[in-house]
Amino acid sequence: MTGSRGLRSWLTTTDHKRIGLLYFYTAFAFFLVGGLEALLIRAQLAQPNGHVVSAETYNQLFTMHGTTMIFLALMPLSAAFFNYIVPLQIGARDVAFPRLNAFSYWVFLFGGLLLNASWFAGPLFHAGRLNVAPDAGWFGYANLTERQYSPGPNVDFWLLGLQILGVSSLAAGFNFIVTILNLRAPGMKMMRLPPFTWMTLVTQFLVITAFPVITVALVFLMFDRFFGAHFYLPQAGATPLLWQHLFWLFGHPEVYILILPAMGIVSEVLPTFSRKPLFGYTVVVYSGVLIGFMGWGVWSHHMFSVGLGPIADSVFSATTMLIAVPTGVKIFNWIATLWGGTIRGTTALHFAVGFIAMFIIGGLSGVTHASPPADLQQTDTYYVVAHIHYVLFGGTIFGLFAGMYYWWPKMTGRLLSEALGKVHFWLTFIGMNLAFFPMHLIGLLGMPRRIYTYAPDLGVSSLNLVSTIGAFLIGVATLVFVVNLWRTRSRGAPAPNDPWGGATLEWAIPSPPPVYNFSVIPTVSSRLPRWKTEHHDPMPDPPAAPPAPVHVPGGSWWPPAAALGLPVLALAPLTHHVWLAFLGVAITIYGIYRWAFEPLEA
Amino acid sequence: MGGSSFDAVPRFRLWLSPLPLVALAAVACGGPFPQSTLHPRSDFAGAIDHLFTSIFWWAVLVFVLVEGLLCYAVIRYRHREGRPVPKPVHGHTALEIAWTLAPAVILVFIAVPTMRTVFATAGDAPATALKIEVIGHQWWWEYKYPDLGIVTANEMHLPVGKPVQVSITSADVIHSFWVPRLGGKRDANPGQANRIAFRADSVGQYSGQCAEFCGASHANMRLRVLVDSDSAFQAWVRRQRAAQPPPPRGSVEARGRDVFARSACIGCHTIDGVAKGIIGPNLSHVGGRATIAAGLFPNDSLHLARWIANAPSLKPGTLMMQMPVAGADLAAMIAYLQSLK
Repeated sequence: MTGSRGLRSWLTTTDHKRIGLLYFYTAFAFFLVGGLEALLIRAQLAQPNGHVVSAETYNQLFTMHGTTMIFLALMPLSAAFFNYIVPLQIGARDVAFPRLNAFSYWVFLFGGLLLNASWFAGPLFHAGRLNVAPDAGWFGYANLTERQYSPGPNVDFWLLGLQILGVSSLAAGFNFIVTILNLRAPGMKMMRLPPFTWMTLVTQFLVITAFPVITVALVFLMFDRFFGAHFYLPQAGATPLLWQHLFWLFGHPEVYILILPAMGIVSEVLPTFSRKPLFGYTVVVYSGVLIGFMGWGVWSHHMFSVGLGPIADSVFSATTMLIAVPTGVKIFNWIATLWGGTIRGTTALHFAVGFIAMFIIGGLSGVTHASPPADLQQTDTYYVVAHIHYVLFGGTIFGLFAGMYYWWPKMTGRLLSEALGKVHFWLTFIGMNLAFFPMHLIGLLGMPRRIYTYAPDLGVSSLNLVSTIGAFLIGVATLVFVVNLWRTRSRGAPAPNDPWGGATLEWAIPSPPPVYNFSVIPTVSSRLPRWKTEHHDPMPDPPAAPPAPVHVPGGSWWPPAAALGLPVLALAPLTHHVWLAFLGVAITIYGIYRWAFEPLEA
Repeated sequence: MGGSSFDAVPRFRLWLSPLPLVALAAVACGGPFPQSTLHPRSDFAGAIDHLFTSIFWWAVLVFVLVEGLLCYAVIRYRHREGRPVPKPVHGHTALEIAWTLAPAVILVFIAVPTMRTVFATAGDAPATALKIEVIGHQWWWEYKYPDLGIVTANEMHLPVGKPVQVSITSADVIHSFWVPRLGGKRDANPGQANRIAFRADSVGQYSGQCAEFCGASHANMRLRVLVDSDSAFQAWVRRQRAAQPPPPRGSVEARGRDVFARSACIGCHTIDGVAKGIIGPNLSHVGGRATIAAGLFPNDSLHLARWIANAPSLKPGTLMMQMPVAGADLAAMIAYLQSLK
């Protein structure tokens, strides 16, 4: 039923590989949008008293930069690899719920489009263009987000967009947990799972537990703004600090949702290119699990300046410092993996090693603000902006780029250019350090974050200029990557099944894999099935053609249809047309109904 | 085994990575840095700086060790033709225990002084301390000295060497009161008071600004703290508490007062004996302040004129509206405001 070509086959696809590519291209487009927003921010701050954009536009730019990068770029770029790679790594034919998987993607796309539509929607609200994008920060602290202080539709776009994206993340979370627990090939015990799949599993448990918290916080805010409730209104006896607790109770696990997949990628890339098994596999896995648990006990370290009192501050300081232990253990194990290996300096390895080098810096600055008194000077300054970018750019993005160079040949059948890849890596590496290292000093010298202008007598003008130059260098580096992607489409070297000598199952099958993935489901007898170890010979590759025809489910229109109801529902409060709410709910319910009763043998 | 075409790649150049740091050190050697956290001028700021410095050097130690190991590994073990396939080492229990304990031990050396400083700087000053109430507004600061009966805005005066107890709250959204050289920031939460206590150790002007994003003009919510000698502080208190003599009849200041009194100004501002507005800063002694608009502009005729005529163009989102006052009326109002020392 699913044609292999044409727009229709992509719109209705339930193939995890195609959905993975859809996630990749969509998230990468949002990554470019978020990057453009970052460049405008840096252009404004290149000089004191900058006039590139207005105060209002600047506040929208930094709000949308953070929101876009976290929810529309980094999380879904990780999801691209969850989708494409995890079923291959566990020897499955697809995810557990292929249509739910398609639904997740379409909900993500519609949520992202709704958020970004706010850039152009001004005229609909009798406001100028560039006037109604979210402008209260990606953290959206109450009570600034209340109708009294943010009367426009800006915050509405934000809270509705995030609620839609939450649906996507939750659906995907349950799907991947079931997939990893239930669809493993024979012999693929839990402690034989590749580390990337392990970190995916931990991440999805964090998703399904953390996203309900932000959803509750957003529903409260929505009730305050639309129905006159007062969950965060101090004049009604509530405290706006409730938002901060709920937001960071979500927000800190979210940090690990962003970093753990990248740590999983690095744990795949390093062994392959040093020709050594991951050092201390068990310890690396358990420290990932431990980080997932401990991530729940540290949220108030985002709130040391709030005034929770010395006892609460001390407790959250101690739990935060403790998290440095399993994180340090991972870093030592990665270095030990490289130690004694024969390291091949591919672009993927460059980014993986770059990840470790940069994440160490981000981790150490993190320890400095785990100390509440020190944090009182650092929080809400550029020092924290430096920290978050060493963790999320030097960490997550480097990890994701390592994954792109590593798995792109598997996903498309063509190798990315290594020469362009090296240019991409070094420009990114130099650019990121120029852009973000000065921010440590800018913050310590007293520049708060989220300010659209600063006075020349602050003494941070030249440091800001250096940072802006670095940001534009990252922009150039990203263009090099885009060129690399583009030229690989037609001119990239064709990839064999296994261009790198990888140990895991995805390298046993063609690049790109056939729609059924494995001609015969493999039987796994080792953690490194394709490598020779003391006790195991390499697993034979599955035969080129399946011995019997493999049934592959057809595509379906109903996941995208059900997903379409959600943005329609969100338009109801935005435009104050109640009938849109009924229409949206009707579309989703009808989509789910038809989906539920869709014949399997289409 | 694939990948042989990638073996000729040049080796890692991670040793280049400290270069930006060196360049930065060179760039940052200028000054002065009026909001630097690294140049403390109070016991509170000093305690934090001391703590940060010790954590910083632990971080430098770990940085050098771990990045050193990383760089050594990628250079020493890079692929060369003819090297045998490495031994498949899976782990090493003693090593795992060692590098679990090592960071834990270092963290003890960070955690103990941290907890001490947390409790030492928890915000309690002696009962005799000068009390100041800070109230954040979008986008300016109101200061009340309850024991002295003083209400002022944006420029705080306090005596050198004396303990000060500051209580911080907000009239609207969450702000954060921060004067880096005098100590750490504390959020101004509506409906709740936070405390900081400190003792400024040298006379001078210290700048600060709101540190919690609070809307359109968050960047324009600046402040100054003037740490005075004891006698200068007493003189300032006397001026603040003294009633303003009415401007002489027929003077330009008297005309300015009349313009003020019949304009929308009185809806928001207080001037003792003239207006009782409480939405904007108290202007009873505005002429004695060095800056206007929450530390944005010097308090001179030119900037006062621009500010009164069109505040929203200078401070996006401000509640202060464009005032239809011009020409001689405007000049008279400015003369009047400047006379309110």
